[in-house]
Amino acid sequence: MASTHALASGMGGMRTAGDLVARMQMTRGMRLPQAKKHVADKLGCSVLDLSDTVAMHDLRRDFGLGRMQVQDLTYPEQPGAMEAKFHIAEVLGIPINSVECFKRNAGLA
Amino acid sequence: MAQHIPTRLGDGSLVEMTAAEIEADLQAGVGAAVKRAKVEPLAQDELDHLLDIFTSSAKFSAVDYGDEVVLSFDGSGNADIASPVLEQIIYQNHHGADMIELWHHDYSYKAVRTVLPFQTQMLKDAQLQTVVPLNYGAMPDLGRYSQPDGPAPNWSQLMPLGKIAEARAAQEEAIVHLEHDMWCVCEGMVAAGVDGLDFDTAGAAGDADLLATLRVVRRVRDTWPDIGVEIGQAAELVLGMHGELEYDGVRLAGQWPLGQLRACTAAGATIFGPAVNVNTTKSLAWNTARACALIKPVTAEATIPVHVNAGMGVGGVPMTPYPPTDATSRASKALVDICKIDGL
Repeated sequence: MASTHALASGMGGMRTAGDLVARMQMTRGMRLPQAKKHVADKLGCSVLDLSDTVAMHDLRRDFGLGRMQVQDLTYPEQPGAMEAKFHIAEVLGIPINSVECFKRNAGLA
Repeated sequence: MAQHIPTRLGDGSLVEMTAAEIEADLQAGVGAAVKRAKVEPLAQDELDHLLDIFTSSAKFSAVDYGDEVVLSFDGSGNADIASPVLEQIIYQNHHGADMIELWHHDYSYKAVRTVLPFQTQMLKDAQLQTVVPLNYGAMPDLGRYSQPDGPAPNWSQLMPLGKIAEARAAQEEAIVHLEHDMWCVCEGMVAAGVDGLDFDTAGAAGDADLLATLRVVRRVRDTWPDIGVEIGQAAELVLGMHGELEYDGVRLAGQWPLGQLRACTAAGATIFGPAVNVNTTKSLAWNTARACALIKPVTAEATIPVHVNAGMGVGGVPMTPYPPTDATSRASKALVDICKIDGL
């Protein structure tokens, strides 16, 4: 069922910009068109690009937003999970709680 | 002879119907919503669009390019690999989840509070390995606070005896305990790094269950302005187990999805999840049309994102452990196309 919804109507999560749009919804309570526009403006891309895995694969690299390892494709020199969230917070202009906790615990705050 | 089109009933069973039968069910489903909830009927072009969706012989249906919505995936993972953190990664990497949710097998804030240090540690570990926003979710589950499982007198036993005042007092006593447990979990999860809190199936035990949730959500919003709050409803109608409880001056009992949205918005939720129950003996067309009619006024008025519950037995998805792809994808598309929802 999860996969069915993902294919039928989902944005695509980390393959695209689904997680970024989701952050604007949950953190700022933005409706979908507003959240999509906010993310597209921040990334300098079109709203259609946000659900395009090809466009977002490059954009996630350019902004350091995290990419998923897929079979032979690995990204050891690029930001990992927490590192990517540092960049996401900066690009979207929102605080991310896990990033703030990490900073506090690492003595970076 | 009219062509027979494969479709489903609400229990997931495969049936064949003619286009005329499907059209009649679409109108009847809308009619049921109009009659009970006093909502406006769907427009003719919307009914025509639903007819196109449900008379298609394709095995799969999907939204148009650019119309994709955010999937919050309440209760991410199946617990089948006994590794909750790994399940979050699987949902992120393999299921295309836009948001994920860590949860405990005993999906209740009362139960979670007893193992909170272990759940918060798991949340912290999950945050180090995932990128997509991570909720922590559980049910408010007010019934757990009634005897013999909890401290408060059992209102379901008091009411048949005509002890209405005592039943109401028992629920008010239980609310205090529930709010305390939910708040303890919220504090622990925020300290561990959670992105958002999901109060799932709010109102399952009626209006007192929902009131406790709304009060805690208000407190969360006032304390941590940037923490996400999702309230997923238990059902399309708030049961008046107490009957006199109000939030923000509005009686909670008897509220349909639009009234629920207003209460959740007033409390400070950032995502609202309406639930419309499935009638297992009616067709998928009937159920989905009814769900669309009930939810459309919600998305028309909402100022916060609306993520419709579309799992087994709600939102037009059949009540079966493995909802068929043909049925689920049609419900998914219909809700997006007709209701202009923000997510599922």
